[in-house]
Amino acid sequence: MPLSRPALGADAINQKRGRIMSKELIRLVNCRMDFDGETVLDSINIYFNDSEFLTLLGPSGCGKTTTLRIIGGFLQPTSGDVFFDGVRINDVPPHKRRVNTVFQKYALFPHLNVYENIAFGLRIAKVPAKEIDARVTEMLDIVSLRGFEKRKPDQLSGGQQQRVAIARALVNRPKVLLLDEPLGALDLRLRKDMQNELKRIQQQLGITFIYVTHDQEEALAMSDTVVVMDRGRIQQIGTPEGIYNEPKNAFVADFIGESNILDGIMRADYVVEFFGRKFRCLDKGFAKDEPVDVVIRPEDVDIVPADSGHLCGTVTSVTFKGVHYDTIVDFKGFKWLIQTTDLHQPGEYIGIKLTPDDIHVMHKSEYSGMFGDYSSYSAEYDEINDPDAVIGGEETYEEALNNEE
Amino acid sequence: MKSKFLAGPYIAWMAIFTVVPLAMVAYFAFTDNSGAFTLDNFVNASEYLPIFLRSIWYALAACVICLIVGYPVAYVIARSTVNVQRVLYLLVTLPMCMSFLLRTLALVSLVRDTGIINSFLGIFGIGPLPLIRNSGSVIMGMVYNYLPYMIMPLYTVIVKLDPRLIEAAQDLGCDNVQTFRRVVLPLSVPGIVSGITMVFVPAVSTFYISQKLGATDNIMVGDIIERQFKGSLNRNLGAAMSLILMLLVFVSIGLMNRFADDGEEVATI
Repeated sequence: MPLSRPALGADAINQKRGRIMSKELIRLVNCRMDFDGETVLDSINIYFNDSEFLTLLGPSGCGKTTTLRIIGGFLQPTSGDVFFDGVRINDVPPHKRRVNTVFQKYALFPHLNVYENIAFGLRIAKVPAKEIDARVTEMLDIVSLRGFEKRKPDQLSGGQQQRVAIARALVNRPKVLLLDEPLGALDLRLRKDMQNELKRIQQQLGITFIYVTHDQEEALAMSDTVVVMDRGRIQQIGTPEGIYNEPKNAFVADFIGESNILDGIMRADYVVEFFGRKFRCLDKGFAKDEPVDVVIRPEDVDIVPADSGHLCGTVTSVTFKGVHYDTIVDFKGFKWLIQTTDLHQPGEYIGIKLTPDDIHVMHKSEYSGMFGDYSSYSAEYDEINDPDAVIGGEETYEEALNNEE
Repeated sequence: MKSKFLAGPYIAWMAIFTVVPLAMVAYFAFTDNSGAFTLDNFVNASEYLPIFLRSIWYALAACVICLIVGYPVAYVIARSTVNVQRVLYLLVTLPMCMSFLLRTLALVSLVRDTGIINSFLGIFGIGPLPLIRNSGSVIMGMVYNYLPYMIMPLYTVIVKLDPRLIEAAQDLGCDNVQTFRRVVLPLSVPGIVSGITMVFVPAVSTFYISQKLGATDNIMVGDIIERQFKGSLNRNLGAAMSLILMLLVFVSIGLMNRFADDGEEVATI
């Protein structure tokens, strides 16, 4: 039995939620960033809409933090332009931008208590004391920190510090809130809670959130729009459903969720061939006999008795994952990951069934052949489960700072 | 138990060279020549009140100048790349490798009327400028000698300042001046306090600098005390003055730390 996620047919995909259509706030045009002759951002073009929860998602070193720092004003792009509300702001320093940031590891002022940390921006803006009090109190309510006013940051837990950092930024009523891996230092349970909390706050206040993370689950759960980045380039922009169901290339397919990625040949519109067999699919517009990458999500595959399957293979390992089993099946040397709620013992010879909407066809890309084979299953899984796993180079904060010149 | 054992040598050292001499100083301070108890020494010491005040005033002035000169230096060093930091830090501490007496004498030969600076200016028909034998030259001598003691603790504190805090301040609307006043400066307070302490304590009790660089009316408490033990041999008076000086230093440090604690609160407003 496949998992209960409703499969999206062609109609459903066409009707999928589009990008929030509202006023455009920020636009990056051909933004390029070089550090020491190394290209960290490669001519990025992207816009951010009002009230949108947009996530920049990618592995460490993909350029997502650099993009955020350019928007915040802490970095100037080597070339290209940054527009805010239609005005070019390349040369506007951070303190004059209507943007606030929630920093990685929070950067709360250690010499100030919770109240004064939150009031900081308002005091700088010379807001009357009475209004400061009202707004800080309102913020304390929103982040559920009433009663903590007099505490110093080092007397707070990680989650509480996190909420102070959010309140400190939001109290200034910025047009845009930038969040740089804000949940990275929290444990899993707290992360989940804070994800909901952040989403709630964003919807309540209607502020644009630009959120940087390497955690694809977090990105899918919270965002209106996800921007997948790698190697300093934008790989795909879309809704969470969009990028999950229709990844543009092998990198996106692999980075967002689990994917079996196979070599295929597009024989005609709606017909793709792999493993020597032709399958019906929902994709068209490819050249005849074009080599393609075929994505099959592990949860879409139906396991059936061997004699009634489209393809047959041998189960090589099974891991219990709680809701489902991760079943690795060997098809002529290529190992698939299949997620089922039924248990199939290693050694069992099984068949699988694929329906047209289980199959997603992509053009070949520079990433073809790099992902989607589960031969080294256990190692791959460890990497995915480890939130600090590094794919590509690690760009630390300090490096980013040193590279600022 | 073991840690106590390890501290043994130092405890012995303290007992022999600090506790016993202190007790002797106290004994002399409260006795006269014949060894009888008296408070006369303190009465006599009070005649030197103007000199006490002058010493404090000089030491404070030296502290303030050291802070004003030293803070930017410490800041620049702390914000340099690691390699530059090492070189600059070495340059700051280098004078400390030279004998204190030698440094002061060298300064004298620089600033005296027939010294290097005035001779040089003389070529252009300027001077000689009064660069020596006044309170200014004494204070300058103290700044010259004690500046590294101000820079070192400041550097230690500033270098640990998280650059993200500065970015956070900018993000929240601070220009450079506000960032400094509201974030960098309050967070440097521990460095400022220890810097001032490390300059003030030796400066207020210094004796050689004022003799070499000052005139007779620039004499400091340290000089008077030295004279009691060396010259007129009134070690009872000298002991009493030493005790008073010690008390003064304690009170100053106490005030200082009190100010530092308040400072954090003040900075929040």
